[in-house]
Amino acid sequence: MLEHIELFFKSIFVDNMVFAYFLGMCSYLAVSKKVSTAVGLGAAVIFVLTVTVPLNWFLDQYILQPGALAWLDGNRETPELSAYADYDLSFLSFILFIATIATMVQLVEIIVEKFSPSLYNSLGIFLPLIAVNCAILGGSLFMQSREIETAALALNYGFSSGIGWFLAIVAIAAIREKIRYSNVPAPLRGLGITFIITGLMAIGFMSFGGMLTGGEDAPPAPQAQTSQTTIQPAIEKEIETTPLVVSE
Amino acid sequence: MGLLSKKDTRLILDPLADDNPITIQVLGICSALAITAQLKPSIVMAVSVIFVLGLGNVVISLMRNIIPSKIRIIVQLIVVATLVIIVDQVLKAFAYELSKELSVFIGLIITNCIIMGRFEAFALGNGPWKSFLDGVGNALGYGVILIIVGFFRELLGSGTLFGFKVLGDSVEKTGLYAIGYENNGFMVLPPMALIVVGIIIWVQRSRNSALIEEN
Repeated sequence: MLEHIELFFKSIFVDNMVFAYFLGMCSYLAVSKKVSTAVGLGAAVIFVLTVTVPLNWFLDQYILQPGALAWLDGNRETPELSAYADYDLSFLSFILFIATIATMVQLVEIIVEKFSPSLYNSLGIFLPLIAVNCAILGGSLFMQSREIETAALALNYGFSSGIGWFLAIVAIAAIREKIRYSNVPAPLRGLGITFIITGLMAIGFMSFGGMLTGGEDAPPAPQAQTSQTTIQPAIEKEIETTPLVVSE
Repeated sequence: MGLLSKKDTRLILDPLADDNPITIQVLGICSALAITAQLKPSIVMAVSVIFVLGLGNVVISLMRNIIPSKIRIIVQLIVVATLVIIVDQVLKAFAYELSKELSVFIGLIITNCIIMGRFEAFALGNGPWKSFLDGVGNALGYGVILIIVGFFRELLGSGTLFGFKVLGDSVEKTGLYAIGYENNGFMVLPPMALIVVGIIIWVQRSRNSALIEEN
């Protein structure tokens, strides 16, 4: 239970899709001019992530990982005995993940259209856009590289990453609605200022970094496994800056 | 320029400045920011995208008359995914350390909006040679921004370029550090990538006022 809660908050705040990894930036920048549309796209992202991450988890566990095919001849528990123990299909993961995502998005679109036309009207236009949203594929790839252990955790991870993305896009949309009345230097208007605001928000979100580690211990292992260049210095810095933030 | 007509040259050169995929078309930002803390991964990423987009544009352009428009997104995704798998496997074989550093971001080239954007906007309506030039041009435009951002973040953040200590040794206090210069540790953090790109946009639009948005 505890690990579920930890993963939940970590995916929303510490490993926020937008602010820590810049995933889904294209639609984040393009569809954040109004809060109402941002809410629609955010909800669609939560939905698709919640569906595709666990699905891809099963694909990863039962087809892609080295030795994952062992269940074919009944040796799921003891993969080393299986005739399929040496098979490693992990190079296929990109193509399988993206195929799952594209199919699911299409399927979800059909189902929603059939059963809830009102939801379809509010989500519908965003769904095709989502198939090529980096946050969705990123969710599945991070799930794979962090070796999330159970299907329930994968479900949790998909759902909470979606919420993190939702928060980010709604926040920036609200800020952009207000900033329209501000006197921004002309060359910065629109895209430029949005970039800089996002950067400032990301700095704010970094202060959540010490939330789960107490600001002292080494960060949880899964995070350290990802991109060494970008993430590692970030963690060190987070830990240095966290006590300051707390004392304020 | 016997090989390239004037129009062809524009296909390559326009995306480098006034039609830049990152700063003007707002495409492909996702992977652009996360891997630019150092120069080397930025260059590898740029080269990978040039390869994928150049070849992908040719493949899509060759198939443009036989792809049913209803399933074209899936066809495009499969083409990109195949090319990205090739890049990923080559990197794993010849530059394992680097491919670990780039981790999931090589995979995320698949959903890089530049690629889908160019397929949709150009390759589906033009011949293979033009599509190839357009793909290479746009990927170069993307790479230029990546390399600029990577250059400044590594130089100001760690005082190195490609891992070489160009500003002197920060521990032994040689070079610039002898007169009190300090690395700006903030530059290697993810948020600074956004701010550096913001500043690039600012500079570019101040120089060319036609690009300023209305708002």
